[in-house]
Amino acid sequence: MNAATTPAIDVRGLNKSFGDKHVVSDLSLQVQPGEIFGFLGPNGSGKTTSIRMLCGLLTPDSGSGTCLGYDILRESAAIKRNVGYMTQRFSFWEDLSIRENLDFVARVYQMPQREAAVRRALEGLGLADRAEQLAGELSGGWKQRLALAACMLHEPRLLLLDEPTAGVDPTARRDFWEELHRLCALGMSVLVSTHYMDEAERCHKLAFIANGRLLVQGSASEVVRSQCLATWSIQGERLAELADRLQGQPGVDQTVVFGSSLHVTGHDAAALEQAVTGAARAAGLHAAPVDTGIEDVFIYLMNKSGTAEERLAS
Amino acid sequence: MKGHDFFSIRRWWSVVRKEFLQLRRDRITFAMIVVIPIMQLALFGFAINSDPKHLLTGVLIEDHSEFTRTFVAGMKASSYFDIVTELPNEETARAALARGALQFVLTVPPDFSRRLLRGERPALLLEADATDPAATGNAIAAALQLPQSVAAKDLTGPLARLAGGRPPFEVRLHSLYNPEGITQYFIVPGIMGVILSMTLVLMTGLAITRERARGTMENLLAMPVSPLEVMSGKMVPYIFIGLIQVSIILLAAALMFHVPFEGSLLTFYCAALFFIAGNLAVGISLSSLAQNQLQAMQLTMFYFLPNILLSGFMFPFQGMPRWARWIGEALPLTHFNRLVRGIMLKGNGWPDLWTDVWPIGLFIVLIMFVALRFYRRTLD
Repeated sequence: MNAATTPAIDVRGLNKSFGDKHVVSDLSLQVQPGEIFGFLGPNGSGKTTSIRMLCGLLTPDSGSGTCLGYDILRESAAIKRNVGYMTQRFSFWEDLSIRENLDFVARVYQMPQREAAVRRALEGLGLADRAEQLAGELSGGWKQRLALAACMLHEPRLLLLDEPTAGVDPTARRDFWEELHRLCALGMSVLVSTHYMDEAERCHKLAFIANGRLLVQGSASEVVRSQCLATWSIQGERLAELADRLQGQPGVDQTVVFGSSLHVTGHDAAALEQAVTGAARAAGLHAAPVDTGIEDVFIYLMNKSGTAEERLAS
Repeated sequence: MKGHDFFSIRRWWSVVRKEFLQLRRDRITFAMIVVIPIMQLALFGFAINSDPKHLLTGVLIEDHSEFTRTFVAGMKASSYFDIVTELPNEETARAALARGALQFVLTVPPDFSRRLLRGERPALLLEADATDPAATGNAIAAALQLPQSVAAKDLTGPLARLAGGRPPFEVRLHSLYNPEGITQYFIVPGIMGVILSMTLVLMTGLAITRERARGTMENLLAMPVSPLEVMSGKMVPYIFIGLIQVSIILLAAALMFHVPFEGSLLTFYCAALFFIAGNLAVGISLSSLAQNQLQAMQLTMFYFLPNILLSGFMFPFQGMPRWARWIGEALPLTHFNRLVRGIMLKGNGWPDLWTDVWPIGLFIVLIMFVALRFYRRTLD
């Protein structure tokens, strides 16, 4: 098989239970080489468990598949050598310095040009002059950047990133995504889980997961189109009251307040138009149809997939 | 300040309830609460005996006579001595004492009964391994009393003239290895093993659980390092720590307690290396068994207790019942105590030490299997 055409990830029917909790059910995913694949879902939906199964940290109860052409059940050693995994929680050694952490990683992966690779990583981070500082002394954003640099040090062909930008400021997040796109242009594949909608829009492909089930996957526009939703936006003040009034009216599936605008979404376009224009007129506000955004779809899918209680129980 | 700011029964009760709920879910602590007292009681009550009897004794008889038989029977009857073997010559007797296979050797010289009848007050020789003064003290006292009663029994009729006054023969005691019976000579080398066990098992016991507590284990597992690499890699630094500890204790033994050092220093460090490796293997397996750092510490204590009580460090090994000696034989500390005392006090070399070296080696191999078996390769 050719590395350029072998899917980076190709898994089918993965299942995982902890006790009587079915955390991931029948997960099937295909990630193509050079693709940034966004993994979206609420907390506790099974994103982390799925990623851990892909890199051999958890054994699936059933299902099969490959990562970079290696069998996820039998060849986890080869997967570990070629995959970079960034954990959700900072998991490098806080009592080692930045350089010592990177050097350890380089040694574990038996990199031939170890010192040069560490130096490059330090310069890329902009931390060359703080290399001797302990990793534990870094702020959250810097820890995140160190972790990313460390998990890319051995030049993996696939990156698995578990909420890499949680708690990182917007500038650092933008830099981070630019870096990801640059790496993908060089042929690296990325699976990244996130809560941020702006990040979801930067992915080539998306998958929504809730209660351990994959609800929809495809490009951002495919995902939006697949749900056949219409959305209206109402501008003005005291939108929360208006939202309350619209809830439960025919055609209205969901209302979301974004600052000074209210998004009203539903899949019966005609009934929605009637309800929204009527309510807006009554409140003396202006309503206009808008494109359904990825965020509207995400919230719609989350609500549809179950109540909050069900989500907590899963 | 109002009274209920200072102490409220209901708030206090909420804390008590929470502690009970948490305790109920902490199975290991719960098990410790129940098991440790039972174990302590069983060991102190049944296993430990500071007046050990049935000490292993060999006889080297070069003059078979009525007196000899009566004397040997008297030794048996005192219940301090178990006559387990008849030795062919002086060399085998010495070797058995050095190895610790025998604690006493009774030698009856060739012309004993002839000289006795002539009234020359001959002597029986009782050689004792006096490394542990506490273990042999009472037995020796009993042996020294024996001539009196033997004389009263055997010297009747025409020989009765020999029975009056002083006993017609004596027991000459030859205390080997620690002739003055100085307790420090016995205790100080023993403490070395105890200190090594305590510090090394605890430190490595925390090694893997620490990674888990800090969340770095997930990262380590995602990297291409094998379990054996992680575990043996974590052991190496502690080998040096162990060797430093050994040197400190050795210096203290010589300078502060003036414990003699009869054997070879190189042999000593080789034995110590074996023992250190054994302890590190235990620590690492406890670490891979334990779910968290507290459990690792509890398991360390659990391992430590029989080591202190059954290894012959605190209480004479020969005084323990068979089941307790079996447990003791399985512990590296028991063998290390014998090795250290053998090298320091008896000047033993490898031929004498071998019997206590291979059990430690076997122990390391078995324990490492346990560690590998329980090392979690995944987060399942």
